[in-house]
Amino acid sequence: MHIVVCIKQVPDTAEVRINQETGTLIREGVPSIINPYDMHAIEAALWIKEQKGGKVTVLTMGPPQAEAALREAISMGADDGVLLTGREFAGSDTLATSFSLASAIKKLQVDMVICGKQAIDGDTAQVGPEVAEFLNIPHISYVRKINEITDGGIKVERLMDEGFDLVESTLPVLLTVVRELNQPRLPSLKGKMNAKKAEIKKLGGPEIGAPTERLGFSGSPTQVKRIFTPEPRIGRSMIEGTPAEQVEALLKILIERKCV
Amino acid sequence: MDYFLNEDQLMIRDLARQIAEEKVVPVREELDEKEKFPWEIMKVLAQSDLFGLFIPEEYGGLGKGSLELAIAVEELSKACVGVSTTYAANALGTYPILLFGTDEQKKKYLPDIAAGKRLVAFGLTEANAGSDAGGIQTTARLDGDSYVLNGTKQWITNGGEAEIYTIIAITDRGKGARGASAFIVEKDTPGFTFGKKEKKMGIRCSATRELVFEDCRIPRENILAREGMGFIVAMKTLDSSRVGVGAQGLGVAQGALNEAIKFARQRVQFGHPIISFQAIQHMIADMATEIEAARALVYSVARFIDSGAKDVTKVSAMAKLFATDMGMRVTTNAVQVMGGSGYMKEYPVEKMMRDAKILQIYEGTNQIQRNVIAQNIIKEAAKGK
Ligand SMILES: Cc1cc2nc3c(=O)[nH]c(=O)nc-3n(C[C@H](O)[C@H](O)[C@H](O)COP(=O)(O)OP(=O)(O)OC[C@H]3O[C@@H](n4cnc5c(N)ncnc54)[C@H](O)[C@@H]3O)c2cc1C
Ligand SMILES: Cc1cc2nc3c(=O)[nH]c(=O)nc-3n(C[C@H](O)[C@H](O)[C@H](O)COP(=O)(O)OP(=O)(O)OC[C@H]3O[C@@H](n4cnc5c(N)ncnc54)[C@H](O)[C@@H]3O)c2cc1C
Repeated sequence: MHIVVCIKQVPDTAEVRINQETGTLIREGVPSIINPYDMHAIEAALWIKEQKGGKVTVLTMGPPQAEAALREAISMGADDGVLLTGREFAGSDTLATSFSLASAIKKLQVDMVICGKQAIDGDTAQVGPEVAEFLNIPHISYVRKINEITDGGIKVERLMDEGFDLVESTLPVLLTVVRELNQPRLPSLKGKMNAKKAEIKKLGGPEIGAPTERLGFSGSPTQVKRIFTPEPRIGRSMIEGTPAEQVEALLKILIERKCV
Repeated sequence: MDYFLNEDQLMIRDLARQIAEEKVVPVREELDEKEKFPWEIMKVLAQSDLFGLFIPEEYGGLGKGSLELAIAVEELSKACVGVSTTYAANALGTYPILLFGTDEQKKKYLPDIAAGKRLVAFGLTEANAGSDAGGIQTTARLDGDSYVLNGTKQWITNGGEAEIYTIIAITDRGKGARGASAFIVEKDTPGFTFGKKEKKMGIRCSATRELVFEDCRIPRENILAREGMGFIVAMKTLDSSRVGVGAQGLGVAQGALNEAIKFARQRVQFGHPIISFQAIQHMIADMATEIEAARALVYSVARFIDSGAKDVTKVSAMAKLFATDMGMRVTTNAVQVMGGSGYMKEYPVEKMMRDAKILQIYEGTNQIQRNVIAQNIIKEAAKGK
């Protein structure tokens, strides 16, 4: 079983500042970490490897410093790290990001791809599903539990607003995972020693066979008009009391507002 | 202070610190309150390879030494001495196998110990034999291909939780100090049961129990070294492990000082943060100085042991004595700096002061350490060294 985990290096804060003029993230002066959801993706991959054997490759697209994120994943137990880096990738939106990641994954012969649910800076939650589309494989998002893995398939629970779905898929498949799935492990000493020595494969556009016009700025149709924090919704009220009293009160409101 | 730790040693320190901060600090109060054995944390330590630190690579360990172990113990002790006692007692129980085991015994036990799959305990003390270890009454009688053990060990750390026990028992009462031998006994051996779990002042998450042997039959090949070597095994084991107790004193003191400084900067009396009062400043200065002195001694002794030095008895006793007396003083003073708050369970120094006390008692009381140091000095003087 060969599992690829897509990890993103993000600024270590949920409070990302944004350059109001360009609408892009200001990354300077903020320490970087592995996107917290991706830590759960790494843990899931390592857990599956422990159950089924195989190999875990971590993949990231980012600046040269993103190598540190790959080494951290290796210190937790991942076998290999691949870094997509180069000027050609700069300014990627989710489409270009997904296209680039998928192009690299195509070269790797994989049984499973695992992503975080979303990145805590970009926050779109689009990259996972888009990668699956480019790879032309099924995806299951918001995985909160892995119930069973067989040679050709997987059964998981997908977190929903209320409860969960039981989803079954063939392999290869792409999963995006939520925090409820597991508790990411800490690095091990042997892992840290491996990470120190590990050779990180660095690939650019040509190596993944991707046409330049599909990468970076030129491959990114997204145009940022304005970035703002939406106003919190107001005017919500809670009805309290015994069920009977609540029904009474609700009916009164509905009648008052001429809903019934 | 820079102790010129190498890259691997820094890595070990950082990882142990991360585990202490992320996994130990959040649960230490609950573990203490409920006297709950820290299995979860032991699993994390196992997964992080920390159980394999001092075990040779050929047996699945990392092939490091006393200094690396001391560094890890120090970091864990900053957070919780109950946890670090559980971890360090595992090393204590392993040393007899590491120092005196045959290749076969090492192959059988060390890989599991290095992986943290099986926890170890060391059983010397009995009801009538504490400081006077020579007074032990547990016997091991050779009978065909087995030794048959009878007797009760008292206050054994990791008792009941460990799966491997290294036990000192009398094989020939007539031979005095040369009449004891060391054995490996596995949990679940018929005739081997556990007595009551002790309720303690401190290190309350650490398990301290009686080991009861009633016609407990173990394979003859489970003897360590030879018959008659029991006390030598025990003494060499303690020579190796005592510096680790020193590291515990160092860690708990540093943990308490950090809390005291944090508190003293925030607490305002008479219109000023209490850290602006010279009385508080001098206490903190003394605490920090003592800690640094102890660290220099503990690290130096650990390095001396790792250099392959033959006779380390005196200096390892010094490291244990100095760093644990210091640990008791500094934790007590941390409570003093924090006043009533320091005495409350809401702040961790209350527990640190309770925990620090054991370090002056186990693995040889600090009175016994002084005896050992003095005996060695007298011996050296007689030899004209
Ligand atoms: C409107 C908008 C405009 C943007 N403009 C720019 C811009 O001009 N310049 C710029 O540099 N960035 C820009 N970005 C950021 C960039 O598009 C995204 O950060 C990137 O495409 C990933 O999307 P995301 O952060 O929303 O990830 P999500 O889709 O939320 O991430 C889901 C998962 O996908 C995987 N993943 C995401 N990114 C990577 C990666 N790089 N490598 C490996 N795995 C990954 C991870 O597993 C992650 O958990 C913009 C983002 C938005 C929303
Ligand atoms: C929590 C805990 C965990 C322990 N874990 C283990 C373990 O894992 N394995 C194990 O084998 N043992 C263990 N012990 C036992 C421990 O090592 C002994 O308690 C210790 O050696 C002291 O023995 P004692 O308590 O019988 O005190 P005693 O020997 O009765 O001493 C009482 C007092 O007399 C003093 N004293 C005694 N003899 C002399 C002397 N000659 N000169 C000066 N002063 C003297 C002592 O310093 C002490 O102050 C543990 C004990 C505790 C409390």
